[in-house]
Amino acid sequence: MKAINNTIFFEDERVDGADKVTGKAKYTAEHSLPNMAYAVFVTSTIAKGSIKNLDITKALTMPGVIDIIYYANCPAVPGYNPNAAERPKNVSEWRGYKVLYDNKVRFFGQPIALILANSFENANAAIRFVKAEYEIEKFETNFDKARLDPANLKAPINYKRGTEKKYKEQPFFVEGEYNIPIEVHNAMELFATIAYWEGDDKITLYDKTQGPKSTQSTVARTFGLVDKNVRVIAENVGGGFGSGLRSWPHVAAACIAAKKINRPVKLVLTRPQMFSMVGYRPQSWQKVGIGADAAGNFIGISHEAISNTSRYEDFREGIVEASKFLYACENVDTKYSILPLDVSTPIWMRGPGEATGCFALESAIDELSYKLKMDPIQLRIKNFTAVNPENKLPFSDINIKDCYAYGMEKIGWKNRPTIPGSLKENGMLIGYGMSVGVFGAGKGAASVRIVLSNDGKLLLECAVSDMGPGTMTSMSIIASDAMQMPIQKIKFKLGDSDLPPGPSQGGSGTTSTVGSAVDLACKTLQQKLKEMAIQFVPAFAGSTADAIEVKNEMVISKTNATTKIDIPVLLKLANQEKIDLTIASNGKTAAQLKFTSNSFSSHFVKLAVNPKDGTIKILNVVTTGDAGKIISPKTARSQMIGGVVGGIGMALTEKLEFDHATGQITNASFGAYHVPLHSQIPPTDVWFVDKPDVNMNEIGAKGIGEIALIGFAAAVANAVYNATGKRVRDLPITPEKLGYKTVKA
Amino acid sequence: MKPCTSHDGRRGFLKKSASIAALYFTPTSLVKAFAVDRVIPLPIAKEKLAITINGKLMNLEIDARTTILNLLREDLAYTGTKKGCEMGQCGACTIHINGKRTKSCIQLALNNQNNKITTIEGLSEGEKLHPMQAAFLKNDAFQCGYCTSGQIMSAVACVREGNAKTRKSIQTYMDTNICRCGAYQNIVDAIEEVAKSGVKI
Repeated sequence: MKAINNTIFFEDERVDGADKVTGKAKYTAEHSLPNMAYAVFVTSTIAKGSIKNLDITKALTMPGVIDIIYYANCPAVPGYNPNAAERPKNVSEWRGYKVLYDNKVRFFGQPIALILANSFENANAAIRFVKAEYEIEKFETNFDKARLDPANLKAPINYKRGTEKKYKEQPFFVEGEYNIPIEVHNAMELFATIAYWEGDDKITLYDKTQGPKSTQSTVARTFGLVDKNVRVIAENVGGGFGSGLRSWPHVAAACIAAKKINRPVKLVLTRPQMFSMVGYRPQSWQKVGIGADAAGNFIGISHEAISNTSRYEDFREGIVEASKFLYACENVDTKYSILPLDVSTPIWMRGPGEATGCFALESAIDELSYKLKMDPIQLRIKNFTAVNPENKLPFSDINIKDCYAYGMEKIGWKNRPTIPGSLKENGMLIGYGMSVGVFGAGKGAASVRIVLSNDGKLLLECAVSDMGPGTMTSMSIIASDAMQMPIQKIKFKLGDSDLPPGPSQGGSGTTSTVGSAVDLACKTLQQKLKEMAIQFVPAFAGSTADAIEVKNEMVISKTNATTKIDIPVLLKLANQEKIDLTIASNGKTAAQLKFTSNSFSSHFVKLAVNPKDGTIKILNVVTTGDAGKIISPKTARSQMIGGVVGGIGMALTEKLEFDHATGQITNASFGAYHVPLHSQIPPTDVWFVDKPDVNMNEIGAKGIGEIALIGFAAAVANAVYNATGKRVRDLPITPEKLGYKTVKA
Repeated sequence: MKPCTSHDGRRGFLKKSASIAALYFTPTSLVKAFAVDRVIPLPIAKEKLAITINGKLMNLEIDARTTILNLLREDLAYTGTKKGCEMGQCGACTIHINGKRTKSCIQLALNNQNNKITTIEGLSEGEKLHPMQAAFLKNDAFQCGYCTSGQIMSAVACVREGNAKTRKSIQTYMDTNICRCGAYQNIVDAIEEVAKSGVKI
């Protein structure tokens, strides 16, 4: 509940919640079009090579099969043409590998043919009759081996301020190597695309995407269409975690197929395909060194990183960024290269590179604290900075110390043993650990349409999507606050590229970017209402707009509260059915650019390690966020808890496995790739500083989606060390890495 | 197919259900291992199925290979039941068959002659939410909403079968249902609330 002027304005449940608990909310694959064909991929069983022959003869005779598309019969796609000179002006080359285009295999599980049939069952039944003969080429999927040869590394980006490797000269220093395996987003909703050509140059897609506008643009550029002739609908998105931030090849495949057979086509990936076709957090190796003087001041930080990419595309992320600015330190050097392997291309996964980097950085700081015999929180406070040391700009706001204070108190930090392995409860080794997360807080451009009808209802529209954080709810709250009107009369529409342009949902930017646009739209609407009151209502004649306010669905004089008019009455007086405005909000203003903006988090973990077998049970978590004003406390809390759950997977269970002899992924299912389950989740306490960051944007709110997870794995590793005295720098932390033998189930 | 019981270990269940899935419905990853040359493509005859869905008796003619999940989603437009893995491992497709919670992705529709199916759409009475749906809404027990139907169907069974006595027993029973957004804590809160309220569900 939320009270404004003692009026309860709304219940705090999600505005789209009732649709989700009743099964009414429709996700991509749940749409159906007349005469729709079902498409399924046939995928490669090798990691690298070429297809000598693909025999589709028998499969084509299977009941219900309409067509089978592969490299030999795939229609020409304008964006597949690698020759820029031959491509029409409005066509760009497809990014990534071109599905169904050539006979090359670039990774295990790559689509090599698309079967189209009149039913899902018939399409599936035909898969086994498509036979591929391969010419296998030498491949490399082994990151740990390949990274050792510098000749394999690519595109290094180095940074230095002060002296390189200064940490080694300090009286107290640590250095260590950190390894994180590939983790896969695995949103519960399978990726799916339904494509329907309404004419030669007009297509509609239902698509699981985090960015309807981005998908629209990709499809338009690939097929040489004007943007307005490409409509992308993604009204509900069943999780994304970053994997929906680009259009993967299956989107192109659905468009190609729908064109070729001249029917709507539904293409839904399988769960195993979710492991090989739609991105993942890249595997990484890092080396971090930190040196401090005797008082604990950081004198030098060095951070090296390598992460994998595919052979056909470069992907890199912000692995070494936090080391440059999170703490005061004069001498910082970073090196970051990428390593191409014969695998598919990675993409940002929740917390992206910062989660990878903060695992190493925050583990190293913890390690240093033991060397210094200093409390790790005190060590962080000692090296606190309110000015970003990398770009020398002040943080727009930073309250991380408040997070420490809350977390310490709530987790019971005073019970943390200073000697690792010295605390036991009920026969279990007990450890406490904490860490910090940080992520950039951006504000981009977005447009919002705002429509106020003379029945008092307010409609807002933006082509953003909502993959789960509750964007529809938080945007409705921002509008409710700005207009001082009940949320029940507000409808926020999203998930359709026909709506005014908004950003992709990613990088913790939606609330700031779209929220600022919603706020601006509401303020513009209020100004319009005030002007209408002055023009059409005699009691307001001669008044200035500044002397009038809009609240409680009325226009009211600030000087005389009895001078007021209901908004619907005002619209009728003005003879207007509605006010309909589209407002564009820009990125940061010059004043806002004088600051550097970040969201911060601090995670606290209490866990138990069974001394008999090394199994780890997280007992309690306290997670805190410093992200400006919290717009929607209920959904924000859920988002933080979700970050913790993701972080538990990263810390303890998640790892994509390859058989490097064949290049095949060996655990592409929920049975073998272990994501956290109900019984692995500890009670989690969430706390926010909840103070508007007025230097950041007009609404004072920053994102929390990433910081919810960033750093969390380090809190677990630090607690494991505190419990056992064993420093594990390789994720996931399993009993074997604590020196216990694997227990067979 | 034996419905999952609360004392089944999670991983044990996954292994079991995966092998059953391979018999009923072969996922793409497995089919290449089959000796396919001997299979002769024949038109698929439609089979008759009498089944009650959310109280409505239906006499259908269906493809013998159709799972209940695909029958619901693709043929009958009951899209509230979700497809998450087609291997019986994630629980997104959980429905009730004759009152027992079951993963519909690894159930052939034809094996359900005269069975009574309840899906998420059959829980609420018109606009009135089922108490478990209301508790999920109140406790914000979901984010993206995709696993939610399955979580709620399992949650109802959890309370009905007497497995909601402690948070631990709820968690163990609910281990069959994955939520990647991580709403677990709120889901258990919701189930506990309904169980404690004593309202008959």
